[in-house]
Parts: sequence; C-alpha cells; structure tokens
Amino acid sequence: MNITDFSVTQLSSMIKKKELSVSEVTNAVLDNITARDKNINAYITVAAEKALQRSKEVQKLLDNGELCDSPLAGIPVSIKDNICTKGIRTTCASRMLENFIPPYNAHATELLENAGAIIIGKLNMDEFAMGSTSETSFFGAVSNPWNTDYTPGGSSGGCAAAIISGQALLTLGSDTGGSIRQPASMCGVTGFKPTYGTVSRYGLIAYASSMDQIGPIARSAEDCVACMKVISGYDPKDNTSINSTLSSFPLNKDLSGIKIGVPYEYFGNNLSGEVKKEIYTAIETLKTLGADICEFSFPISEYAIAAYYVIASAEASSNLARYDGIRYGHRSSDSVSLEDIYIKSRSEGFGSEVKNRIMLGTFALSAGYYDEYYRKALVARDLIKKSFDEAFSKYDVIISPVSPCTAPQKGQSLSDPMKMYLSDAYTVGANLAGLPAISLPCGFDGNGLPIGFQLIGPKLQDQKLLNIGQIFQKHTNFHKQVPGGEKL
Amino acid sequence: MIWETVIGLEIHAELYTKTKIFCSCSTSFGNAPNTQCCPVCTAMPGALPTLNKQVPELALKAGLALGCTVTKHTKFDRKNYFYPDLPKAYQISQLYAPILRNGHLTIFTDNSEKDIRISEIHMEEDAGKLIHDNESGISKIDYNRCGVPLIEIVTAPDFRTAAEVTSFIEELSAILRYTNVCDCKMQEGSLRVDVNLSVRPEGTELLGTRTEMKNLNSIKAISRAINFEAERQIAILRQGGKISQETRRWDDDKGISTSMRTKENANDYRYFPEPDLPPIVIEEAYLSALKDSLPELPQAKRQRYIAKFGLTPYEATMISNRKSLAEFFEKTLALCNDPKEVSNRLLGDGLKMLNETGLNIEDSFITPDKLALLIDKTNKKTLTRQQSKEIFELCFTKSIDIEQYILEKGLCPITNTDTISEAVKNTLLKHPDTVKEYLSGKTKVFGFLVGQTMRSLKGSADPALVNNILKEQLNLLQNNE
Repeated sequence: MNITDFSVTQLSSMIKKKELSVSEVTNAVLDNITARDKNINAYITVAAEKALQRSKEVQKLLDNGELCDSPLAGIPVSIKDNICTKGIRTTCASRMLENFIPPYNAHATELLENAGAIIIGKLNMDEFAMGSTSETSFFGAVSNPWNTDYTPGGSSGGCAAAIISGQALLTLGSDTGGSIRQPASMCGVTGFKPTYGTVSRYGLIAYASSMDQIGPIARSAEDCVACMKVISGYDPKDNTSINSTLSSFPLNKDLSGIKIGVPYEYFGNNLSGEVKKEIYTAIETLKTLGADICEFSFPISEYAIAAYYVIASAEASSNLARYDGIRYGHRSSDSVSLEDIYIKSRSEGFGSEVKNRIMLGTFALSAGYYDEYYRKALVARDLIKKSFDEAFSKYDVIISPVSPCTAPQKGQSLSDPMKMYLSDAYTVGANLAGLPAISLPCGFDGNGLPIGFQLIGPKLQDQKLLNIGQIFQKHTNFHKQVPGGEKL
Repeated sequence: MIWETVIGLEIHAELYTKTKIFCSCSTSFGNAPNTQCCPVCTAMPGALPTLNKQVPELALKAGLALGCTVTKHTKFDRKNYFYPDLPKAYQISQLYAPILRNGHLTIFTDNSEKDIRISEIHMEEDAGKLIHDNESGISKIDYNRCGVPLIEIVTAPDFRTAAEVTSFIEELSAILRYTNVCDCKMQEGSLRVDVNLSVRPEGTELLGTRTEMKNLNSIKAISRAINFEAERQIAILRQGGKISQETRRWDDDKGISTSMRTKENANDYRYFPEPDLPPIVIEEAYLSALKDSLPELPQAKRQRYIAKFGLTPYEATMISNRKSLAEFFEKTLALCNDPKEVSNRLLGDGLKMLNETGLNIEDSFITPDKLALLIDKTNKKTLTRQQSKEIFELCFTKSIDIEQYILEKGLCPITNTDTISEAVKNTLLKHPDTVKEYLSGKTKVFGFLVGQTMRSLKGSADPALVNNILKEQLNLLQNNE
C-alpha cells in the first residue's frame, strides 16, 4: 500500500510513532504530483522545496516532543489558490494576480503552519472562485481524474481532483455557493462547508464576503474533522468571525434519534434520474442506521439562485474593484491615462466569467436598480434563513442532492452559463443562510462518475454533520473508491 | 429683488485616535510617505477591516454633545468609486443607518441666538493623498492618511450668512476639542468644511439650485468663499441665467472658485451594506456611561462664567471656547478669587503672548499658580502693575521662579520708609516752587510730586506709602511756616 492511501488520522499516528518520517510523507505526495498532475492540472504552484525544508523542521519539533496534540503535525496540506500563503504565489487563478506573492498568511494558513502541517502547494480553481467547473482558470482547466474529458466541478476543482488522484491528502477549499461541496461530489471525495464565521476569512481573497467560507476537502469526514480542529476558531482580524464555541455532538455507533428532513422540491424534475436513485439509496442506508426520515415542503428554495447571484455578484463587483492596476497585480503596459490604466488593466487581467459577474453586480447596485434587485435579494435571503430555521425546528439535518447532474464534460457549461448557474440550486441555500453543510460520496453514474449527497445542519451544529458523515462512512465504501479501483 | 443666501455644511472631522479606523497603523500626521500602512489600509487581497472601537465612541461623544439621537443598530456601507487614493476602490462609510441623527447647535451672532439643525453624523475612513509632480509628470500616492477615522457632520440648510457659518464652526470646534473628539486644525486638514450654497428671492420657500464648495482651509477662506459664491449666483440669476449643480473648488490665493465637476458626471456610488463588518449594537448602559463621562461643554461654561463670575458674554466666550484656556482660568480661580482680573490678564497679555509665540497655553511655561501669585502680589502691592505684567509675559517663554526672579532683579517694591523719606526729601528740594504752590493751597500739584518721587525710585515704590510720606512731610512744612 502506498503512503498516500492512508487517512490523515492514520498518517498522523504513524508519524508520531516514527513509523514514517515527515519527509517520507511529503515526498510521497510530491512524487504523485510529478507523476500525475500533467494530466490533471490540479496545481498552479507546487512549493516542493519549501515543503521539504519545512518537513525537516517539523520532524525536529516532533523529535523534541513538540506538536504532540496536533492532529496535523507533519501532514501535507494543499491550499486553494485564493487563500494567502506568505511567500508562496497566490493567484486566484487569474492573470490579474499571476505574480502576486502575499507578504502575509491567511489566518487559516497560519493555524495550519502552527499545527505543523506541511504546505505542499496551491490548487487550481475557477478564476476568483467564480464558476462551477474549474475551467475559467487563467492557468488552464482542471481535469476530473475519473475521466479527463470531464471537469472536476468547481470552483475548488483543484482541491477535489488532487485528493482523489492522491496528489494531496488534505486540502483547504472555499465555498461561496457550493464551491467545496460540488467538486467534492463530482470527484467522489468529502467536502465540508462550516458555519459562516467558524473559520476566519482573513487572507481568503474575497469573492462574496457575506458567504465566503473556508473549509476542508478530504478523503473522508474523519479527515475533515482533523482539519476543522486546527483551522476553526475566533479570529479578531475578522469581525465576522464567530466568538462562540461550536455545539458538541456525540460520535455514536448509529443514527438513532436523528431526524432527517427530505425537501420535496429538491428531488423534482431538474434532478437527473441516476443521481436521484443513488441519493435515495443513501437515504435508505441512513434509515437502516436508525435515522428518522421525513419528507417536507421547502418551497422558498426556488428563490435561492436568483438571490444568490444578485448578492454574490454585487459583493464581487465591489470586492474586485481593488484590482485596478495601481498598486499590485496586472497593469496594462500601454495605458496613457488613469482611466486607461483602469480599463485596459481590468480588461486584460480578468477572464470573461469574472467580467460577467462584475457587470451583473455593478448593474444590480446601480441607482434605480438597487431596490429592484439588491434589496429584493436581501428580502429573499431573510425568508430563506427563516425557512431553514423553521425546518431545523423539526429536523436535525436536511438531506439534498449537491448538484442535479454528475460532472459535466469540459466545454459544456461555459457555452450555457445559465444552466451552470441553475446547477447551484441545492448548494447556495446554505451560503445565503450561513449554515454548515457536508457533501458525502454515495455512488456512481453509468459513466463511472461519482455522485454525492449533501447534509445541511443548523448554525454551529458543524460537529453533528461531521459525525453523521463519519457514521455513514463507517458503513459505506464510496469514499474509498479511487479511479482504477478501491483502496484500503 | 432682495436675495437670500441658504447654506448647509458638510464637515469632516478627523477623530483623535492613535490608530486607524480598521487597522492598527498610526494616525500621526506629517511622517514620511507610506510608512504608516499595512495590508488592510492598502487593500491587499484577502485583508479585512476590523473596527477600532474608539471610533464609534468618539462619534457618540460628539453626537451626544450636539444633542443627537443615537441609532441603536448602526451599520457601515460601502461607497464605490475608482480613484488611486482609495485602494479598495470603495470607502467604508455610512448611508443607510448613520450612527447619529437629528442634533442641533446654538450659535451667537450680533447678540442674537440661532439654532442650527444637524441632520446626521456618520463614521467613515479617510483616503490617501495624491502628490502630482508637474515637472516629471509623475503622480505619487501616500497612503499614510488612508484609513484615518473621520466623522462627517451634515447640517440642515439653516445658515443665511457667512457670520453664522463662522460662528457655527467656532462653536463646533470648541465642542469637538472639549470632548477630545478632534483637534480641529483646519490647516492640517483635521477639520474640513464643505459649503453647500444656494440663493433664492427673500420671502420664498423653495430652495435654489445649490453648489458645493471644497478646499476651504481656514475660517477666513470659508467666509470669503461664501460671499464670493453668493454674489456669483445672484449675478447669474439677475442676468436670467441658471445655476448648474456642481462641485466647485475655492482658490484662496486668487479669491475665486472654479468648477470641479457637474452633476451630470457625478459618480453613482452604488452604496450597499458592508459585509465585512457586522452591525454595531449600542447598549443603553454603555451610552449612559458615555454621557456621564462628557465634560462640561463650552456653552454651559460660558453661561456659568457670566452668571457666577460676572464676565461679559464676550469674555466668557473667548475663554470658554478654548478648552485649555478655560481649564487654566478655572485652575487659577481656585488659587485666587479674582475672576475679572484673571480674565483680563488671560484675554489681554495672555492671548497676546500666545499669538506672538504661537504656543498653546498648556505648552507654554505659564501656570495657574504663577498667574495667581502675580495677581496676589499686585493686589497686595508688593509688585507694581507694570512689573507684574512684565513677569507674566516672561513666564510664557521661560521657566522662571517668580520669587527668585523678583529678588535677583531687585524688583521688591521699596517699602523701607527711610528710603522713601529720603526720596521725598530730594523731590521737595528739587521743586521748591511747586512746594510753594502746594503750601499756598494749590493741592492739585500733589500728584506731580508723587510722580516725581516714584520716578526717582524707578517706579518700584509702593505708591500708597509714597503718598503718605509725602503728605506727612508737606504737612510738616506747612506747620513750620
């Protein structure tokens, strides 16, 4: 068995028992990248030298008896390229930030470093996290390791593709409208979007500030737990970070006493038959494990997509205005006036999907349209929050698809952006309401592409979702499937 | 037709904090460019603002002092526009729920009072500074000021004259300095006043089209700009023209204003709620503690000075509008119970010395106990008025021990009766004719003889003593005759 086939928890304990050295683990991941990333393009930057250097340092710390309590000491971690890493280029997969090397760490990066994790490199994504296929990257599209003609989903497609192809053992992604959960589902791995405010956004390059959230993409829910232990917690540098402890939840043997709500509207005609079938099977499994399954109506969800795209684009139009070619980032070489610098630098620096959303957001905030679009979207957002609150007064968690279909073929989505936007229908609700949600693998379609399902929980009940995920994965093997056959 | 000028103000006051509004960079003025910046105030990717808690506190202090209603759930909004001095390309400000609303301030002009309404006070961040080098054609940016906290105070269009505006700014500055909200140095830009002005036929209600005047760096400039702009608008309307709604820039050297931008090319700021900063909830307990912490404000002080100390309204205003002067005044009074005299000294020689030296009273060497001592010595006639004035003035620039100084300079008034008797004798001998006149009943000449005696003693004798001795000796002569 290869080193990269072990779980984070297993590796952590093997490293502490000195059955493996930190460098051996790091090298195993780096070797896989060298061998496989040509076909996948999951990485934008591989920081091999730094990683090996840090491996030695962490080994020394471990040998001196330090970092004993860290679940990630010596564990290689790869980070989505919109999360700042001090001294390592952070591009947001954009020409605009092609050469941006942050002089500071994101808070989450800092916590990983302090915990002795080894930062391997920076993962490919949709430009500025805008997209659902990881095709809008300035550094080229990411391929789905299950079938390279297909996309891995997005925007954290590099994270999910790296995990399933053994090029990463643990990754940090970001989720604004489903960007952790959807690629996790399409690559057959586990993705967790924490409660908004649980992980500091300091150093996460903003797309839509009121919804952006950092979270792990990993092989299993258990590995996500290890990551969350390190990266969650209050950060005074982020005023939206939550200063209260997460609710605890026991890791039981089964799911007896757990009430799971199944919203009708999420299983309608838009959902592909194959996906529906596998999720129903998963629901049966959950029932077998003792969960109480109830269907209910959740009509408000149909407004979620519209509200999401108005709010996210509006915030994006403002967040991305700082890329003006003045202080850092791409500046057009042939500009003659200030306005020229702005127009040319931004026209050249941003890709077309980013421009779409900046224009959409600028429009939605313009005089005369604010009330018609932005304010209405805020009202819808409030109603969606209330609907979730109401649902959680009856159910512990809500189950739903992650995406109506399995991974789309490359090139398909960009030709029909409206279809791409609509495919986020199941995931954006959790972002609008700031709720935790997990994506768990539960089967494959006829083409052998993975299918996942989503559990959404009440605010701060992150532990509950992660533990239900762990219980489900104790009784299923979907998360152990990798292209070319089951491992472990 | 008689025209009426209608003026409203937008006043930006830099808050007196050590650090910036959203990061921990220093706010100090006049340092080398770009030495007070960090990822947050230069808008590096991923950096987030964190609110300096002192900012709402100071805004609230100003608002409470101005009788405003507090918005219990106040929020920040983003004001979006591109400009190189604004690194985020949006200014974090407040539009939808400003922290304070509906205040007022009483002003005094020509012995009459007037209430000026304050529509709102909101918090926001300052932008950086652009420096254009015309020779090289290069523009440079200094981000030191970027993120310095401001409050913007917006008044209703309640002013009718430049005098009302200047009075308001003086009253407001006094309040902001008293509450330690702002140091109000117009030259350094810590208090910036924009003037919105329109004119209308007197007696009508409808407001005319207004212009906004910027770059007003002193009270005098404001006054001149108002008069210039009112005349400009009236001239246009008299000729049947139309006022264009625009922003104008005052050039104080030339004494004219020029158009900066018209309404047509005004920005659409696309305000929306700032998602990086949660709403601020202002608790009642916090607010009442803040209220209790406010010092006695200048207008209350002024009334007390008039009623309790018998100062004139002018004297009371002059002292109370400067916090440091008022403090000095009150501390001196605690040591010497002669308000009128303390006031005279401070407003006369005191202000003269402060103007000459350019010092604030707290930065000079004069102290309340020194002034009290000087007044006491003068009242007890151990110093003459002239001597005491000279020492008082000296005390502003030099740290001197008054008692020792008097000893060293031999300034002790001559109280030795022998010395004075000797001087009187000499005077009488020098002026036998005058003495004769006195003895023959022309007692008016007595004053002349006192003067001559004082002069021979270089003004340092106690005049009463001189009087007595002179009278004694003259009486003696009379009796001998």
